[in-house]
Amino acid sequence: MSSSDTAARPTLTLGAVLFNWSPEQWRDFHYRIADEAPVERVCVGEVVCSKRLPFYQDDMPGVIERLQRGGKTVILSSLALPTLPRERRMINDLLAIPDVLVEASDVSALSPIAGRPHAIGPLINVYNEGTVAFMEKQGAVHICLPPELPMSAMGPLAAKARTATLEAWAFGRAPLAISARCYHARIHGLAKDSCQFVCNKDPDGLEVDTLEGRRFLSVNGVQTLSDTVVNLIGDLDAVVSRGVRAFRLSPHTCDMVAVARAFRDVLDGRLAAAEGEARVAALMPNAAFSNGFLHGRPGHQHIALAG
Amino acid sequence: MTPTLAAERPAPAKSTGSKPAGSTTTDTWTPKGKLELVCPAGTPAAMRAAIEAGADSVYCGFADDTNARNFPGLNFSPAEMAEGVAYAHKRGVKVLIAVNTFPRAGQPEAWHRAIDTIAQIGGDAAIVADIGLLDYAAEKHPGLRLHLSVQAAAANPEAIGFFVERFGVRRVVLPRVLTVQEIAVLNKEIPCETEVFVFGGLCVMAEGRCSLSSYATGCSPNMNGVCSPPSHVTYAQEKGNFVSRLGEFMINTVPGGQPMPYPTLCKGRFTANGETSHIFEDPASLDASLLIPPLAEAGVTALKIEGRQRSRSYTDAVVRALRGALDQHARGLPINARALMALSEGASTTRGAYQKTWR
Amino acid sequence: MSSNSATVPELPGVLAFGLRPLPLAPLAAALDLVVKSAARRHPGMFARLGDQAGKRFLIEPTDLPFVVVMTPRAEDPEVLVVRPGEEPQADARIAGPLGALVGLIHGAYDGDALFFSRDLTVEGDMSAVVALRNALDDAEIDLVAEAAAVLGPLASPAEQVGRLAASVAERITGIAFARPRSGS
Repeated sequence: MSSSDTAARPTLTLGAVLFNWSPEQWRDFHYRIADEAPVERVCVGEVVCSKRLPFYQDDMPGVIERLQRGGKTVILSSLALPTLPRERRMINDLLAIPDVLVEASDVSALSPIAGRPHAIGPLINVYNEGTVAFMEKQGAVHICLPPELPMSAMGPLAAKARTATLEAWAFGRAPLAISARCYHARIHGLAKDSCQFVCNKDPDGLEVDTLEGRRFLSVNGVQTLSDTVVNLIGDLDAVVSRGVRAFRLSPHTCDMVAVARAFRDVLDGRLAAAEGEARVAALMPNAAFSNGFLHGRPGHQHIALAG
Repeated sequence: MTPTLAAERPAPAKSTGSKPAGSTTTDTWTPKGKLELVCPAGTPAAMRAAIEAGADSVYCGFADDTNARNFPGLNFSPAEMAEGVAYAHKRGVKVLIAVNTFPRAGQPEAWHRAIDTIAQIGGDAAIVADIGLLDYAAEKHPGLRLHLSVQAAAANPEAIGFFVERFGVRRVVLPRVLTVQEIAVLNKEIPCETEVFVFGGLCVMAEGRCSLSSYATGCSPNMNGVCSPPSHVTYAQEKGNFVSRLGEFMINTVPGGQPMPYPTLCKGRFTANGETSHIFEDPASLDASLLIPPLAEAGVTALKIEGRQRSRSYTDAVVRALRGALDQHARGLPINARALMALSEGASTTRGAYQKTWR
Repeated sequence: MSSNSATVPELPGVLAFGLRPLPLAPLAAALDLVVKSAARRHPGMFARLGDQAGKRFLIEPTDLPFVVVMTPRAEDPEVLVVRPGEEPQADARIAGPLGALVGLIHGAYDGDALFFSRDLTVEGDMSAVVALRNALDDAEIDLVAEAAAVLGPLASPAEQVGRLAASVAERITGIAFARPRSGS
């Protein structure tokens, strides 16, 4: 058994905000997380679109400092699809910041972060023990697994992981695809280069329905996410028993402090899984929840709690 | 038995096969200035068709979930692959073998075996995406030429440099997200060859980073090698319309009798913001044949035709047309744009991301 | 030679009408022989079908008054011919003008292209349809050669007669009953 499989207390990570929130909303959200949310790690940084970063860049040092004061480990997440020279240099800016862990969201970050402790984000393809071993060799201490990875894969990975903590995507719309094309701009009839930042109209993503009016996907600039909100609060025991002991909560506009508390309470045994589900459902009354990926089923499905 | 071809080797010191007189292909891996035409081979018959039609290289995969075109009835058994390699080498054509899905946790054996087989039968290169598998191949078969699959989503010099430096990758298949200009800049900054898609289906998402099919059907491009899998496709007549679905989700509907494209998820029609459209991509296919001159100028080594899942008659026609276009280009003639139009899925084609306006 | 538009020849209506009153039994027996012989001659094709080989297909030439019901098991392939409306339950149905179906078998047309243009209609289990399409495409079947092979030692002269008949039939119907040779 690996070191990550010792009886350490399972931990929570708040993922980077994936959506285009106003700078004030972005800052205040993190301040509240720093002060109130029972999470061990918080990811900060622009993952989806480099054009959004200038809006809140100046707030970053203050947010990092506040989070650290709140006892959180700060993880700086890199860009998912860096293409322009300016975007490619962004990883170096992250690496220049002291006392943080940098998280790679694209393979282009793997060389610059090698040789120092770092994190691997959920948008990097880590599907098997060979890749986990390679990442550990490079210095990865924390690996968030791809959201589509089934529970059946988690056991074998956790068994082979020696130094890295493995994490599961546990809450939030699942990132499903990334493109060079901006769908928000396309849907609004705009060019990517003059997008007018229309993605700020949809702080949880823009719903994409089928021709029958069934909810299906959501778009967030160049990113496509699920419509359903992944919610593993009913599966925590099963995942922990397979050796995965960290859980990522991806920010939405609902009360994320309350979401984190619900997950914490279920992990600590203070709240039954079914009650946890009900509590989270009440926080997002319009959401449909899913855990199909975890169960090796279509990702949109929700597999009910056993018993 | 591993292939001994090397990009920097000037002369065919050890060619992988004898070449019949009159063949238009050459024995060197990729002579400077000549674009290599890399053609799909979904079956042994399609491989023979592609070779006869003028392929410089063919690419194919084993009939299991180790490759990203894992469709029923398609691909090669290890024995068929060995025969195919021998057949191609006799005609001076190279065989590039895709093992480009991500090995299943706890069960990497099929993927390792696929790599071992390629080395054993003298396949000219393995096309790989997974970091763990690249690590295995580089360590176990240092003589095996590695190409980075488009599924590895290496789209910039740092990413490509990482794969070259760590695993000795010799060629990268570029994601369909770059403009010609970006490719030109990229080629100046990287220490390996590039291969780009010139014709066929168009992935609008960064390949290898898409789980849309997985979300709708439970079958994953990365894990199972399928996109919009036929096992989950249904067609129905509903209220005078012809309807296609993938899993439980309607992908398209057309009035009876009108052309209906295969329900590839990202090419469907959906509603967002009150409007119904092809939100992600029109069902057009990529045709960059007119861009052959600028792509050559941009330093690209090889042009790839998508379509291992298509028939040998399609393979024959597309390879022939592109062979013609490449030969025209080599002779300094303009390229005939019409030849390929009729072969596209819908009637329409796009130059995709090669033009910046696509974004 | 490839098609993705409505260039598939239709059987002349008068010919289809003329075929209507013919009994199905001799056709079924002949097809049964051809398929069983093809199964022996192309074991690779059946291997390629894999676990889809046990599926039952309805092959429906829309310009002819019958439907072929086929289960392409390598060991024991089954072929029935029934009247439209009398089809048994099946896993998949492929319908289209005889010309499109024959062209598909010969690999003269691209199955995807035919389907995009709706010259072919497919319903039911798409894995089965795709597997059959791919297996046929790889097998490089020639219907005249398959039909002639049934005659054993007489195969070669029969094939010559068959090719002549096929070319006459092609002139009448526009449908290539023998596989076009490679090239375009």
